[in-house]
Amino acid sequence: MKKPDFVYVTYIATTPEKAWQALVDPNMMRQYWLGAKADSPAHENISDWKPGSRWEHRRVDTGAVDMVGKVVEHTPPRCLAFTWARPNDFDDESKHSRVSFEIEPQGSGLVRLTVTHDGLEGDPKMLAGISGGWPQVLSHLKTFLETGRALPRG
Amino acid sequence: MATRSADIDKVFKALADPGRRYLLDLLHRKNGQTLSELCAHMDMTRQAATQHLQQLEDANLVAVVWQGREKLHYLNPVPLHEIHARWIGKFERSRLDALHDLKKRLEGDDDEKA
Repeated sequence: MKKPDFVYVTYIATTPEKAWQALVDPNMMRQYWLGAKADSPAHENISDWKPGSRWEHRRVDTGAVDMVGKVVEHTPPRCLAFTWARPNDFDDESKHSRVSFEIEPQGSGLVRLTVTHDGLEGDPKMLAGISGGWPQVLSHLKTFLETGRALPRG
Repeated sequence: MATRSADIDKVFKALADPGRRYLLDLLHRKNGQTLSELCAHMDMTRQAATQHLQQLEDANLVAVVWQGREKLHYLNPVPLHEIHARWIGKFERSRLDALHDLKKRLEGDDDEKA
């Protein structure tokens, strides 16, 4: 394994199955994949999630595709991993970075969700965007799974 | 990690120490450092740094990844985002930002002194 660029961890009061569903179901995703500002658009990730398949990170309002990649691992309800790239770079895998979600049950209705992102060296712009984005998405995801709503946005 | 409120207590307690805040600053500058790398930048014993890191890990402000025999420490800002949304986001953020910028400009850099 390469040294990750980022590792984000959140503990969520939910089951591994529900956490998993939130990662692959666009209807759930669009409720927590939100930017910081109230007017920034929600996103959803569309794929059949089979290893090797394409996935797309789409704006819910316009359908614009902001990110793409290939599914690397799909092991419900434990691990989802995919590559991450700008739409124009889909065919050039040397420009893909890698994201993995790991779900570990902690007992008593708690799961630990770890997001790891590596392969961003040489792309400072993406690195900067991502370091702001993941914590927001994960804290929205935690609140969404625990309360049925995302966090308020300023 | 019993309840949300206990989790938030841990975050505030972990942040209530300049040495621990400095460790977070060091990880913000360069993510994924070992204890030895962190100690090289700090006027602190290895043992004290270990204890501080453990407390940051308990508060989920630091996430740990093992690579072979190396323990790498990563800044995990997710709990800070929750606090931000709970305590700051609902107040008038734009005015707070303006005040913060002014303070930074007048005082120089941020809270990076150990």
